[in-house]
Parts: sequence; C-alpha cells; structure tokens
Amino acid sequence: MENGILALVFYIFSGIIVGSGIMVVTLKNIFHSALFLVLCLFSVAGIYILLSAEFVAAVQVLIYVGAITVLMIFAIMLTAQLYSTSVRQSNEQVIPGIIIVVTLLVVTLVALSRTSWRVVSQGIEGQTTISIGKALLTTYVLPFEVVSLVLIAALIGAIIIARKE
Amino acid sequence: MPSDYAYVGLFLLFGVLFVLFVFILSRLIAPYKPNPVKKENYECGEVPIGQGWIQFNVRYYLYAIIFVIFDVEVVFLFPWAVVYRSLGFFAFIEMLIFIAILLFGLIYVWKKGALKWV
Repeated sequence: MENGILALVFYIFSGIIVGSGIMVVTLKNIFHSALFLVLCLFSVAGIYILLSAEFVAAVQVLIYVGAITVLMIFAIMLTAQLYSTSVRQSNEQVIPGIIIVVTLLVVTLVALSRTSWRVVSQGIEGQTTISIGKALLTTYVLPFEVVSLVLIAALIGAIIIARKE
Repeated sequence: MPSDYAYVGLFLLFGVLFVLFVFILSRLIAPYKPNPVKKENYECGEVPIGQGWIQFNVRYYLYAIIFVIFDVEVVFLFPWAVVYRSLGFFAFIEMLIFIAILLFGLIYVWKKGALKWV
C-alpha cells in the first residue's frame, strides 16, 4: 500500500519535472522559462524527500529554487532590450541542442544499463538531518566554521568585482 | 521518512487546488467587460509611464548576490536547528562564531557603501 503511494508520488513529481523541463526549453518568453525552471527544481526537491534525503531537499529548495533562480530572473530583468520587437524570441540552436541531448541520453542509458548496481538490504532509518547536524557540529566543527570564511570571501569578491565598474 | 511528509504533500495539493478554484470561480462569476483603461498596467493609481517590461537597474544584481550569500548561510542553520536541543550550549557557541564571521562580511558591505543606492 505504502509502496504504491510512494510510486504514485514519484510518477507525479517525475511528470511535473519532465513537463516543466520541456516548457523551460520551448517557451518563447524567457521569463516564463525561468518560472517553469522554479517548478522543475522544486519537484526535484520532492524526489529527494521520497529518497529520505530531507537535508538535500531543503538545500535544493533554498539554493536552487531560492538563490539560483533569483539570480537568473535578475539577470533576465537586467538584460537590455530583451522584449524589443527587433529581437527574435526563438531558440536558434535547436539542432545542436537536439544532438547534444540525444548524445547525453544515449551515454547515460548505456552507463546505467552496464553498471551493476549494489542494492542495500536495509533502507535509511530515522531522520538523516539529525545525523548531518550532529556530524557538522561535533566531528566537522572546523570545516563548518571555515564555510563561513568561504562565504565571506565570496561576498567580498562579489563586492569588489561589482564596484569596479 | 517520506511518509512524514504526507501532510506537506496534502498542504501543497490543497494550496494548488485552492488557487485553481479561486481563478476558475472568478472566471465564472465575474463579468468580463474590458476597456483600454481597465487593461492598463497598475502603477499606484497613476497613469503608467512606459511599459512593464523594462530593463531594470544593474545595481539590483548586487543585492541579489548578497542575498545568495546569506541564503547559503541559512542552509547551515537548518541542521543546526534540528540538533540544537540535543547539543545545547556548545552548538549555540558554534553557531555564534559562524554568524559572527559572516557579520563581518555584512559590516564590510555596509562600510563599503554597497548597500547604499548611489
């Protein structure tokens, strides 16, 4: 019963991911493409939840749905003459795009079918975020604090590059 | 466990259906008589100047980048908040150091005048 529901939810999320992914590459309005990308990435977070990877799902929502798409939407809105009638609103790289996608699909399918996957007899028990949090705050304290230094370096770098102009 | 998220899924489903319901309901019962004044962009009740699709000022991008940095910080707040009760004061000090370091970043941005609209 539970497996059936999980399979159903998986197919719903997969359908949303594939559908919105197709919308991202086919829609004429690039702003709408960016919004469909939000839907696509959000559904990927749903798949992570199904895999008991709650922390990865939270990161997916915060970083990809929150931050990355905000940057993309900003970049779109800051682009000059994006909606002027003189700019063709269609993808002019359809054929190279199809070639790359088909090649990627074939390579992935071959790699997936040739790999012998190891199956774990027992699933992940309990809440994975607790173990991640404990490991982060006890065993890996130093890397955890260093992360803030990395962030501050990124911040200062961004400010210096942006202020130059 | 994925089954713990059944309520989240239910909530999500209800949210989507509610929005759809409201849109369909307003389409069904609201009269539709457009005229040029009604179809104008809303700009605080003023007569709008230019189009809605304009190029925004590049300065906004800096705010977006600063937002992304502090968004990544929030990612680390999440596992910390989950284990906070079991680790207690130790975890509090650790997060205090983490945020204090990032606070210097914010002070740097502030002092540099990057938050000011010039």
